[in-house]
Amino acid sequence: MSARDEIFASVRRSLGVNGHEMPRREAVRERIAKAPRGIVPERGQLSGEALLTLFEEQALSTLATIDRVKGRDKVPDAIADYLRRSNLPARLRMGADERLAAMPWDKTALEISHGKSDGSDLIAVNHAFAGVAETGTLIITSGPDNPSTLNFLPDYAIVVVDAKDVRGAYEDVWQRLRERDGKGHMPRTVNWITGPSRSGDIEQKLLLGAHGPRSVHIVLVE
Amino acid sequence: MTAHPTSPYFKDNAHEALQDEQLQKALSNVRQGFIDKRAAVAAKLPEFEALRDSARDIKNHTLANLDLYLEAWENKVTDSGGHVHWARTAEEARQAIVDICRKAGAKTVTKGKSMISEEINLNAAIEAAGMTPVETDLGEYIIQLRNEAPSHIIAPAVHLNATQVESDFRRVHTHLDPNRDLSEPVQLLTEARQVLREKFLAADVGITGANFLIAETGTSVIVTNEGNGDLTQILPKIHIVVASLEKLVPTLDDVSQILRVLARSATGQEMSVYTTFSTGPRRPGDVDGPEEYHVVVLDNGRSAMLGTSFQDMLRCIRCGACMNHCPVYHAVGGHAYGWVYPGPMGAVLSPSLIGVDKAGHLPNASTFCGRCESVCPVRIPLPKMMRHWREQEFERHLTPATVRSGLGLWAFFAKRPALYQFASNLGMKAMAWFGRDKGKFKSLPFAGGWTDYRDFPAPQGGTFQEQWKARKGGRA
Repeated sequence: MSARDEIFASVRRSLGVNGHEMPRREAVRERIAKAPRGIVPERGQLSGEALLTLFEEQALSTLATIDRVKGRDKVPDAIADYLRRSNLPARLRMGADERLAAMPWDKTALEISHGKSDGSDLIAVNHAFAGVAETGTLIITSGPDNPSTLNFLPDYAIVVVDAKDVRGAYEDVWQRLRERDGKGHMPRTVNWITGPSRSGDIEQKLLLGAHGPRSVHIVLVE
Repeated sequence: MTAHPTSPYFKDNAHEALQDEQLQKALSNVRQGFIDKRAAVAAKLPEFEALRDSARDIKNHTLANLDLYLEAWENKVTDSGGHVHWARTAEEARQAIVDICRKAGAKTVTKGKSMISEEINLNAAIEAAGMTPVETDLGEYIIQLRNEAPSHIIAPAVHLNATQVESDFRRVHTHLDPNRDLSEPVQLLTEARQVLREKFLAADVGITGANFLIAETGTSVIVTNEGNGDLTQILPKIHIVVASLEKLVPTLDDVSQILRVLARSATGQEMSVYTTFSTGPRRPGDVDGPEEYHVVVLDNGRSAMLGTSFQDMLRCIRCGACMNHCPVYHAVGGHAYGWVYPGPMGAVLSPSLIGVDKAGHLPNASTFCGRCESVCPVRIPLPKMMRHWREQEFERHLTPATVRSGLGLWAFFAKRPALYQFASNLGMKAMAWFGRDKGKFKSLPFAGGWTDYRDFPAPQGGTFQEQWKARKGGRA
């Protein structure tokens, strides 16, 4: 008997599974198909300005920083300004995201390169698939548009998120992802990012920038 | 074989731990930090208690149908181009992982934090196969340098102080300037970041654990704060996930319920910094991510826990809240427990995995104060299960003879209420008379375990039963 068969046999024996399996199979099939929502906290059910305000507050509480801009055209300027304010070089790495590509980067003095990170980039920008207000979480899906390495290797991560993509709760974002990729399908990686990298492993003291970015800057586009 | 347990020597371990000044200093960080943070963040979410119920129910439902969810999950992993390897034992899991690494010609293997890899003693197997395992979680990295085991399931180096870490870094990072300043924890962090960054980029295989496996999509989930788990899995050509079979949850919605209680219970954060959902290898067009995705699913005694009084333990999501709130853990730390899993959850799980003959002391190391159960995000009745183990230990005649005869003597009286009342009344009066001057005893026959360390107060007033009667069963 293979290891697989023996493990399944052991699980079934312990659970006392007998011949009458149809109701169990039906219950499992239905749960996976319907993916019922559980309890969604009230704070995850806001809309409009209250939703964006909560997103902003929660993001700040995770020690991320955030700029709100009106319109995608304003993003390059806002990022150039953020880099100046933070005393950082005017050099960015990004993927092939069309929304980012359509922004007027040439009107700034920013030097832009494209593709994944090999670890030598100081600053990168990705476009989020969504934001979640209940915890100020950014959700970024992998692919050539927004390479996963850009979320982790650079010291400074900048993430652009459309206000219309901000949702109250995680479940709302799963719903959108199911609509985009099909139920039961996922991109290689879905990253939830809630603030900059940190560690408490030395004497329980909170230190930023353990392995991932020491700073996460959000540009929220209205 | 799993990591060699010293659990049979819990009493000696605990004694040593109590004498260890460095350890006692470090443990004060646990007492101060975790409890307040959890309480504050739980208070900020009115639905927290209801979410705990929800998390418990999801895990119960999954465990009751575990065979079916495992099947559904396996199909999805395969559909997305991943490979599933089944391991009945620690040995089979090690073998599967070493085989994948060998086939890839791996030299450096980076690792995210995984308690299952501790359980199967994976690093030793990787080393024996001629490869270099590198722990990348800061705490795990530190204890790897020290050749120690983790002392806490989410804060593996919580037993250490910064000065100890500094001397380890100086001992091992000999390529760096010996006169560098490492007096601040942030300098230690920066140094570890630099050293490990090279390892991440050089690694051929990355191994992570999984906090969850999702049946709906064939996804594995890791939850970290540092980002090391992500660099471990997106940079090398091969990503291996090692997970035990009770990590299954049905859907993305279900995992979202549990994630709402996980970080809050663990570190007191509303959400950990990085929650990463990984499904299969890189897709056509992807510019990064692993080319192969393997999941090694470990049983190692868990399937036999289903359907028994220990099934509830399989709900555990490894948040560490039980040990963070445990007065015994606070006093002796994690290493005293002598095997991979410390604290209340370890006291229940370890006897299942390595035998009550080896780990029988652990469920006895509890005052049954109930704090662990009161904070468990999936409401595991930990004290009740420790009691089950004590019963089993007694039934299997593993309890020491002195305890057995003491219990026998007590039972003789307990079964004869009149005699019990008479004898306890007599004993109490005698003790009150002998202790009437000082109000306490410095030593007592048969009670050295108590009086060696602290005075025993002399009885005052009536016996419990007399007082109970006088107060009309507490209703007065």
